[in-house]
Amino acid sequence: MSLLQHSATDLLSLLQSGDVTSQQVVQAYSDRAATVEDQVHAILQPTWESALERAEEIDRRRSAGELLGSLAGLPVAVKDILCTDDFPTTCGSKILETFRPPYNATVIEKLRAADAILVGKTNLDEFAMGSSTENSAFGPTHNPWDLTRVPGGSSGGSAASVSADLAPLAIGTDTGGSIRQPAAFCGVTGLKPTYGRVSRYGLVAFASSLDQAGPFARSAQDTALLLDAISGHDARDSTSANRPPTSAFAEVEQPLESLRVGVIREQLGEGVDDEIRVAVEASLQAFQQMGASLIDVQLPHARYAVATYYIVAPCEASGNLARYDGAHYGLRVESPELGSMYSASRARGLGEEVKRRIMLGTFALSSGYNSRYYLKSLQVRRLIRNDYDQAFENVDLLLGPTTPTTAFRIGEKSDDPLSMYLGDLFTVGTNLAGISGLSIPCGFSAAGLPIGLHLQGPAFSETTLLRAAHMYQSVTDWHARRPPL
Amino acid sequence: MAFSHDEVLKVARLAQLDLAQEEVETFAAQLGHIVQYIEQLDELDTTDVEPMAHGAGVTNVFREDQVQPSLDREAALANAPNRDAECFRVPPVL
Repeated sequence: MSLLQHSATDLLSLLQSGDVTSQQVVQAYSDRAATVEDQVHAILQPTWESALERAEEIDRRRSAGELLGSLAGLPVAVKDILCTDDFPTTCGSKILETFRPPYNATVIEKLRAADAILVGKTNLDEFAMGSSTENSAFGPTHNPWDLTRVPGGSSGGSAASVSADLAPLAIGTDTGGSIRQPAAFCGVTGLKPTYGRVSRYGLVAFASSLDQAGPFARSAQDTALLLDAISGHDARDSTSANRPPTSAFAEVEQPLESLRVGVIREQLGEGVDDEIRVAVEASLQAFQQMGASLIDVQLPHARYAVATYYIVAPCEASGNLARYDGAHYGLRVESPELGSMYSASRARGLGEEVKRRIMLGTFALSSGYNSRYYLKSLQVRRLIRNDYDQAFENVDLLLGPTTPTTAFRIGEKSDDPLSMYLGDLFTVGTNLAGISGLSIPCGFSAAGLPIGLHLQGPAFSETTLLRAAHMYQSVTDWHARRPPL
Repeated sequence: MAFSHDEVLKVARLAQLDLAQEEVETFAAQLGHIVQYIEQLDELDTTDVEPMAHGAGVTNVFREDQVQPSLDREAALANAPNRDAECFRVPPVL
């Protein structure tokens, strides 16, 4: 059996028992990357060389009997929007093409402390703005299940890395679905933790009230392993929740008794591919057979989530991205005058989607429009959150599809931003409400494309979501399927 | 709402973005389309609904006012497009 076939959890046991070395594991993934990465283009900055050195060091420490971290010797790919002080951090943008952060993100520090091995910085839509990874200034990532299709986005490179066996674990970020949607499109498991669960220190900001980093893996169990390593309070992020790291891995195998599953009926009707509806309904039955009760719930304001999100997120982005002005770091277009240096640097360094969102946010915050658009969106955000609070009075989690369609073709939606935005319908509400959401594979379309099941739970319910997902993955094998690559 | 070219250029000035003529045209059409979609929020009566700016009910977080280590100057300047020994260099401001 190839080392690539093992789950991260199994690899950890094999490493601990001495049956394999970390160098063998990293080498196996590196060999795999050499074969398929030309076709997938998941990784912007591979770090195999330093990874092999790290692996050697960890193997040496292990044989010396040292106490090692919880991910010791396991390869992890990280979205290129988390700052690393030893590798460039581009955010998929020309404006940061040569940027070398002076510090590490807390997530990176925690991975290092856990003795994980960074194997690459993964591709993304520029500054995490997009749903296809086509907005990367460095070229799109291809879906491992069908190379003519998108992997989803914005964390498309991380999802494709796990799907194509370039790494058993990966980190992404999710502002409106950017972990869950690519997880669905690539047939892997992806978790958006509760806002505040994982530190945002060193996560390059897109929309600060929505951004959250989280894990990708091939199973709920592996996802739990990675979440435990990156979660927890961080004094350097004032919005980080004052809670200890999760201990999901220790609990993930315990089934949930008398689980109450909320079914979002309006997400199983018009506008959703028939194949997706059928797959999600079959998953509902699977939960019922495992003893869960199904309860219909309504989220009356959910249909306003995309409109709300596409004010809130661009407004926050327009402020956050004001820092890319050519003055302190990143691309500069020299000019005799300061203002024109700013505007020319931004014009050359930023891509079309980023400009579009900066324009949208600047407009919605501008004098005369602020209360009509921005204030209104914050009020509807409250109504969306209230819907969730009411639903969670009666159910433990909500089930529905992650996306209304399976992966679309590269180029298919490039000229129609609104149609791209509408694909985020089922995921953006989670971020607006600040709660947790998980996507797990639950079937395939006739064309062989993965389908994602969306589990949403109250704030800080990640362990419940992962336990429910593990129950499902114990009776199904969708998550174990691999692309024919 | 529809966006005229002048309105697009006004927003671009506020955002410190130079736009090419074809970007002005594209954005005028696309922003109009997107804002029209967003205006469906007008269907909702939000009188007396408290705005929600944040997902986590955050409060101010304070720490003791003590000097702590911070980024050293050389590290902070390392990515500068233009610099001297101590400062970022930019075109004259005044």
